[in-house]
Amino acid sequence: MTTSPSDPRTAPADLAVVGAGPAGLAAAVTAASLGLTVTLLDAGARPGGQYYRHPDPALGATRPQALHHDWAAFADREAELRAHERAGRVRYLTEHQVWSVTGSGTDWSVHSRTDDAAGEPVRARAVLLATGAYERQLPFPGWTLPGVVGAGGAQAMFKSGLVLPGRRVVVAGSGPLLLAVAASLAAAGARVPAVVEAAGYGPYVRHTGTLLRNPAKLAEGALYGGALLRHQVRPLLRHAVVEAHGTDRVEAVTVARLDRDWRPVPGTGRRVPCDALAVGHGLVPELSLATALGCATRTAADGTAALVLTPGLRTSVPGVWAAGETGGVGGAQLALAEGEIAARTVAGRAVPASLARRRDRLRAFADAMGAAHRPGAGWTGWLRDGTAVCRCEEVPAGRVREAVEELGATDARTVKLLTRAGMGWCQGRMCGPAVAALAGGETVADRRPLACPVRLGQLAELPAD
Amino acid sequence: MSRRTPRALVGGAPQETFTFRFDGRDVTAAAGQTVAAALWGAGVLAWRTTRHDGEPRGAFCGIGQCFDCLVTVDGAPNRRACLVPARPGGLVTSQEGTGHDDLAV
Repeated sequence: MTTSPSDPRTAPADLAVVGAGPAGLAAAVTAASLGLTVTLLDAGARPGGQYYRHPDPALGATRPQALHHDWAAFADREAELRAHERAGRVRYLTEHQVWSVTGSGTDWSVHSRTDDAAGEPVRARAVLLATGAYERQLPFPGWTLPGVVGAGGAQAMFKSGLVLPGRRVVVAGSGPLLLAVAASLAAAGARVPAVVEAAGYGPYVRHTGTLLRNPAKLAEGALYGGALLRHQVRPLLRHAVVEAHGTDRVEAVTVARLDRDWRPVPGTGRRVPCDALAVGHGLVPELSLATALGCATRTAADGTAALVLTPGLRTSVPGVWAAGETGGVGGAQLALAEGEIAARTVAGRAVPASLARRRDRLRAFADAMGAAHRPGAGWTGWLRDGTAVCRCEEVPAGRVREAVEELGATDARTVKLLTRAGMGWCQGRMCGPAVAALAGGETVADRRPLACPVRLGQLAELPAD
Repeated sequence: MSRRTPRALVGGAPQETFTFRFDGRDVTAAAGQTVAAALWGAGVLAWRTTRHDGEPRGAFCGIGQCFDCLVTVDGAPNRRACLVPARPGGLVTSQEGTGHDDLAV
């Protein structure tokens, strides 16, 4: 692929990268350093994605690195990005939310929107999807109360806005993010009465070799663990928040023991007072653009749908690459490595063996963690018929169960058509995993023709082809 | 109360602080904060009621994916409070239902 010296606004770029998180950022700077022209689009105002989310400069933070593990990995790449941008090798479009990618082969159009208008037109010879992930939520009674927030949501609001949802924050759900969130909240002055983890650490033992081959990841875990111990917080394993209590906002939660299948053990509930709950059960790859293009998916170790990728990170659609969480949730270090690998294969360059090995090692670690924290089927035992499952359309579990048990629905799509669960603003991002579990069907990648809401006027302005 | 705060952790000071109106009262925000962050900072966790059951809601996912934090900003309904920057003198009102009561038939 050759460099195109003409006007970047009209000439196609060699590569369009969607998402400026760890994977997209690494891909953009690597591709530019290999001589490709790159257009990088991101919904945020600043690079870094959710992992390296940081305050607006106007907030005047003098130590943003205090919010992050391995800030240098980001800062170095951001500096490279700015240099490539100044040199005209990267066109970086901030606050551009991509709602569709169309085309084929070596002729792609990337359609985006800004807050109030159509985004800059983007054409490219290849596309790299680095759209990251969002949090997996499993509903429970009271989860719609104000003060119940996503664990990643609490982290995001803290990292970008320097605010906390409360002073006593219970952290609950499953996955390594919980420890990071609890450590952040405690360091920022919140009391964390409990960290409640649904999985046991038993499954880790089956993957001891994989864990030991990733000393940096173990050290990261120990760092969070150590920070928590300093704040006298000890994770409670094989437990879950099975109810949040309160009227206008959360005032307490009930924590119960779980069996191996994540079924709450009767009679083990105890009440923990709090004024906020940060909850999440791992992450779900954001695949809306990829599935709309027809990219093949697989069920990852954590139970979510992820893209099928070659070792060079090509999707099943020629001309479309993917890196980071889209290929299976694996964290920032894996995303950085994959961004670099994908950019190299787009450019037709060899992938250094050491980089490929590092990627494989981190991917194996991610799979081990994903399997350990995959929700057990028994979690639906804490739902009551009146518990809202779909937050947008206010569809309770009883209506979903009725669709399955009495009306014969066997998959999330049929449940959606019968109940409206998943038909609201978020397009099933919050209730999708829960509805799929209740329907008893296989994990299916969500299909959304538009990856985010778009004004009708903007659709009408599209060229007819 | 702990001396640890988010601000103490990251140091520095905002370039500017200002107020906006929220449901008839002043809320203080720092430049660079979203509407949701400023409301959390003021201890406000809910600024919307749902269409069917009228339940209170506020920020949940914090990254613009869940749309639970919808709010009316300067007369425009259905803005995601976790994404919209707070503005000096802005007018933020809790959103009831669809935010389009004026279109009700």
